[in-house]
Amino acid sequence: MLLAFAACDLSTHEESFPGVPAPLGLEPGEKIEVPPPPFSEGQFPCTNCHDPEIPVNRTRRPMEVAHTEIVLHHDEEHRWCLDCHSAENRDKLHLAGGELIDFTESYRLCGQCHGDKYRDWRAGVHGRRSGEWNGHKTYLLCVNCHYSHAPKFQPLKPMPPPVRPSALAKGVLE
Amino acid sequence: MNQTLPSRREFLCAVAGCAAAASTAGCSDLTHTSWFQSRFREMSDAEKKDVVAGLEKANKERFGKDVTVGIEPPMEGVEFGYALDISRCIGCRRCVYACVEENNQSREPQVQWIRVLEMDKEKGIDFAHADAYYDAEKVPRDGHFYLPVQCQQCENPPCVKSCPVGATWREKDGIVVIDYDWCIGCRCCMSACPYGARHFNYAEPQIPAEQLNPKTHYLGNRPRGKGVVEKCTFCIQRVRKGRYPACVEVCPVGARKFGNLLDPDSEVRAVLENKRVYVLKSELNTRPRFFYFYGL
Repeated sequence: MLLAFAACDLSTHEESFPGVPAPLGLEPGEKIEVPPPPFSEGQFPCTNCHDPEIPVNRTRRPMEVAHTEIVLHHDEEHRWCLDCHSAENRDKLHLAGGELIDFTESYRLCGQCHGDKYRDWRAGVHGRRSGEWNGHKTYLLCVNCHYSHAPKFQPLKPMPPPVRPSALAKGVLE
Repeated sequence: MNQTLPSRREFLCAVAGCAAAASTAGCSDLTHTSWFQSRFREMSDAEKKDVVAGLEKANKERFGKDVTVGIEPPMEGVEFGYALDISRCIGCRRCVYACVEENNQSREPQVQWIRVLEMDKEKGIDFAHADAYYDAEKVPRDGHFYLPVQCQQCENPPCVKSCPVGATWREKDGIVVIDYDWCIGCRCCMSACPYGARHFNYAEPQIPAEQLNPKTHYLGNRPRGKGVVEKCTFCIQRVRKGRYPACVEVCPVGARKFGNLLDPDSEVRAVLENKRVYVLKSELNTRPRFFYFYGL
């Protein structure tokens, strides 16, 4: 699996908030090894389209020109794009406190509201992990399983049910 | 007094009159036929090597491809535990089929080591009203939750006590294993198991050669024959090499957790210490190493 370690050129937690303990067991500047975020093709970097020169329209509104496929089902009564996406730097997300983070650190953003899940995820209790039980383990980002704009896990088609014993016996006795 | 007795194998060799044949063909050719071999746990290293070579040869003939039979022993300081989040499981049965493929279960007649039970939320965990045969366009279905059941790897396993020939036992790392070459197919263990976790090969197991998993373990997923009992071994062939069981890796919702109970940093320990944990039929004092928890 490809591992993305995007270099963080912006301030770390320690620089932004000196003396404030880092969230949930992460050392200042520490990053967790995760796969690349599941961007739709051609979407990233966002600044390809979002020219930093163009002033940002901060009015909450439905998307009509671009991103029309995004229908927010994620506390949509209270949230919209710029609650998570940074208007200052379109290639970043921002935490509630203003700290800019990379998409590869999005778990910190999700963890602001879903602290219990974040804690479980850090301990390996929430979410799927791969690797070795006694060695190197890799995490998935929240958004690898939960689509960030509609995070509820979608129902799946189940695999076929087992053959009933009556039918099994028939096959054997014939 | 110090005279060494012939081993069971040597004795049987002599009695069966194969002593003469042994001078030409050698008795080792017969070991993999399972007539003259000891229990796996009593075998010397030389005998294990012999038996494994015989098995690999037999499997090559049976499936036309190379099959390795591992004999990795338990690791020091490791006792395996498993935890399953019933608040997450959606009943998709991906684990059932990943297990079948990994562990070389018979496709025809069908043998499946994992059984996913659909239960009513209103009734709670209630085996009398559980349905393993649910079929739906999409899962989870409203008003239901799902409880996969497989071998619970009991610390106090009734199946082991019931075996009249000592063909099944609990290893140091907590995995209850079966020596398929010693199993006589009496199925006492099946009736002793309160979880329905043991399965019998009523007919010669059919596995298409191209679907056979060639990485096997003697006590785990090596191809079995007709008339023996089999069950989940936590994927002994994988976990004794540090890998996760196949069902853990495949679960799309990450409901399955696995690790070393003696390691305070393992996922299972985090579950046991922080979550509400439940074992099936605790009143039977089987002390399962398979825990169900509510992660939400």
